[in-house]
Amino acid sequence: MLRELMTRIRQGHQTADAFPDGPPPAMPERFRGAPEIDPARCKPAACARCVEACPTQAARMEGGELKLDLGRCLFCPACAEACGEGALTFTQDIRLAASKREELVAGAGPRKLATALPEELRALFGRSLKLRQVSAGGCNGCEAEITAMNNVVFDASRFGVQVVASPRHADGLLVTGPVTENMRRALMKTWEATPAPKIVIAAGACAISGGPYRGHPEQHDGVEKFLPVDLYIPGCPPHPLTILDGLLRMIGRIKG
Amino acid sequence: MSAAPLKLANGQARPLAEIPLFSFEEFRAYALDRAAGGGKVSALFAAPVNGAKTIVALVSLRLTGEIEAVLVKPEGYRSLTPEIPSLHLFEREMAEEHGIIPEGHPWFKPVRYHKPFNGGEAPVVGVTEYFTLEGSQAHEVAVGPVHAGVIEPGHFRFQCHGEKVYHLEISLGYQHRGIERALAGGPHGRTLSHMETLAGDTTIGHATAHCEVVEALAGMGVSPDALEARAVMLELERLANHAGDLGMLAQDVGYLPVAAFCGRSRGDFLNLSQVICGSRFGRGFMVPGGVRYGMDAAMLEDFSARLARAWKDFTDASALLWTKPSVLARFENTGTIPFSVCRALGMVGPAARACGEPRDVRRDFPSGAYRARPMGVASLDSGDVFARARVRWLEAEQSLRFIQSVLKPWERSGPPDSAALAPETMAAAMVEGWRGEILHTAVTGADGRFAAYKVVDPSFFNWTGLAYALRGQEISDFPLCNKSFNLSYCGFDL
Repeated sequence: MLRELMTRIRQGHQTADAFPDGPPPAMPERFRGAPEIDPARCKPAACARCVEACPTQAARMEGGELKLDLGRCLFCPACAEACGEGALTFTQDIRLAASKREELVAGAGPRKLATALPEELRALFGRSLKLRQVSAGGCNGCEAEITAMNNVVFDASRFGVQVVASPRHADGLLVTGPVTENMRRALMKTWEATPAPKIVIAAGACAISGGPYRGHPEQHDGVEKFLPVDLYIPGCPPHPLTILDGLLRMIGRIKG
Repeated sequence: MSAAPLKLANGQARPLAEIPLFSFEEFRAYALDRAAGGGKVSALFAAPVNGAKTIVALVSLRLTGEIEAVLVKPEGYRSLTPEIPSLHLFEREMAEEHGIIPEGHPWFKPVRYHKPFNGGEAPVVGVTEYFTLEGSQAHEVAVGPVHAGVIEPGHFRFQCHGEKVYHLEISLGYQHRGIERALAGGPHGRTLSHMETLAGDTTIGHATAHCEVVEALAGMGVSPDALEARAVMLELERLANHAGDLGMLAQDVGYLPVAAFCGRSRGDFLNLSQVICGSRFGRGFMVPGGVRYGMDAAMLEDFSARLARAWKDFTDASALLWTKPSVLARFENTGTIPFSVCRALGMVGPAARACGEPRDVRRDFPSGAYRARPMGVASLDSGDVFARARVRWLEAEQSLRFIQSVLKPWERSGPPDSAALAPETMAAAMVEGWRGEILHTAVTGADGRFAAYKVVDPSFFNWTGLAYALRGQEISDFPLCNKSFNLSYCGFDL
């Protein structure tokens, strides 16, 4: 017991508890968070290098303006590298989640972040949100970051956010993966087993759009085709802080 | 026997025309001969070779560090599984994908429950009635595909008599998303993303194997610095996952302090990868021809200091595991696999080395930076959860020493402008990922594009090892045994 206590003292306090009331921990310079599009440097009439470089058609030209669909984006360095003009860069901002699918499309200027659930749901889930995680295809990256969200650094349970073992105990589903054909039935049965009122969170590019597997006949391009989604958390995989930030916005713990 | 098999080194490409074509009976004699000498059939798959469906076999010979390749006519054949059990999945896979049926296969059932490649109906996923246990006292316990924790989907059937598990039937395929099928005709714009997400926790491992395959096919050189940078990232990936696994093992025996400490240590190592390339999983780092991110002297100083600190905390935490009698009592003699079974199943990686299998790609088939610095093999022989945990610790120590010994500034070295692949050629690359051997094999067509791309994840061999480890155990031993393997569902399902 003494050894455990001594180790505990040496390991020190690790929880990033300045967040969410203070700023999130500083991310390294090369971290690829929220994108920034500078229209002054972008020449869509003459150049579409970023669009061509994008593996998932997340970058596109719309009405002569560059848009980046974060629901499809794998946050790889390809577009920013191809640009070369600095018109498209990734910032260290971990805040990415949105409440509506169309609000994931980034252009020049600020993007609307996720908002709180309607009042009656927030009253129920605001201080205790129990989620059943359903891994419906994908690469286990999102699952790994959801697990990390519960470690001592990010410590989601201090906000009453927990992953529970049964859909019967859950307030909603935290879905990852593009919904493979082989997981479709299991996902739907888990949804049916969850008592109402219930919510759905799509975490990661796969669950939002199929991610790198979009268009493959073995999967269904994300969970939206089957269930109504209340929160979209982009990333491939999303950083644990991105997931936590999204959940806390949804339950009204982070505003603005 | 007909012509001699083609010999190639790890990470080498050779024209398809040089590979001899065997009948299946000739292949049988050859495979039995190699198996008797300790050779391992590392891949067996059907691919279009010069437009005709052909079976490609790769046999790895640990003692000489060579890979042998032969082609085999895709005819109906007598299953080799009774003689070489490690082939059971390859034979089932060829039946599922291409309808090449092994006669007399003792364990014949679907692998990933998808449609055959030439069309038709998919079998119903999760059906486990292919092998059942019967008797008045016999019962089955079903688990999954949606598990109690944050875990990938798979279906498990514990076939029990009383408390005792006679057999664990594992049914996968839920993560099948058609990666190999999509790779054919490539490389495409998404190919690298597919490689990075074959098994998300093994991004560097799989991407390294892929880059080596493409570089061999394109005759592309890679700078020694970039090779060392790749190895640094590969060992960092190993450190992060081994640290995480030791934490999870502690959690499953209820030793929560170490579970918490190691869970955070895992993050410390992942964050080092994030410093280098912006992603905790190494996404975006690897590219054929080099590495996308450099490391300058100032970054290096900060990186080294953080690595030393992370290692100190990890050592401090995991040391508790090896001195706690209640932990050791739970680890020892749980889920034991004898060496003979490990060898017969073709197990790889730390799980195999924990059974005394002296095999590690970094020593036996070194490529890249490991050519100049082959690693020692961390091996124990008790074959139980303890050995699988302890081998991870020994390997983590080696990884740290390796990183510290090669660490120096390196420069970004992006892809060259043109990267045409040699037509009608085969290339194979093996990498020792943190779970074990990864083998990627590409066969190109006349157009210089992938006619077939075969991925063998270490989990492909090791899932059967987990099933074996449960025999004679209780269901309550499953979480611990499972964590001691920590296998990939997505890497298996592809």
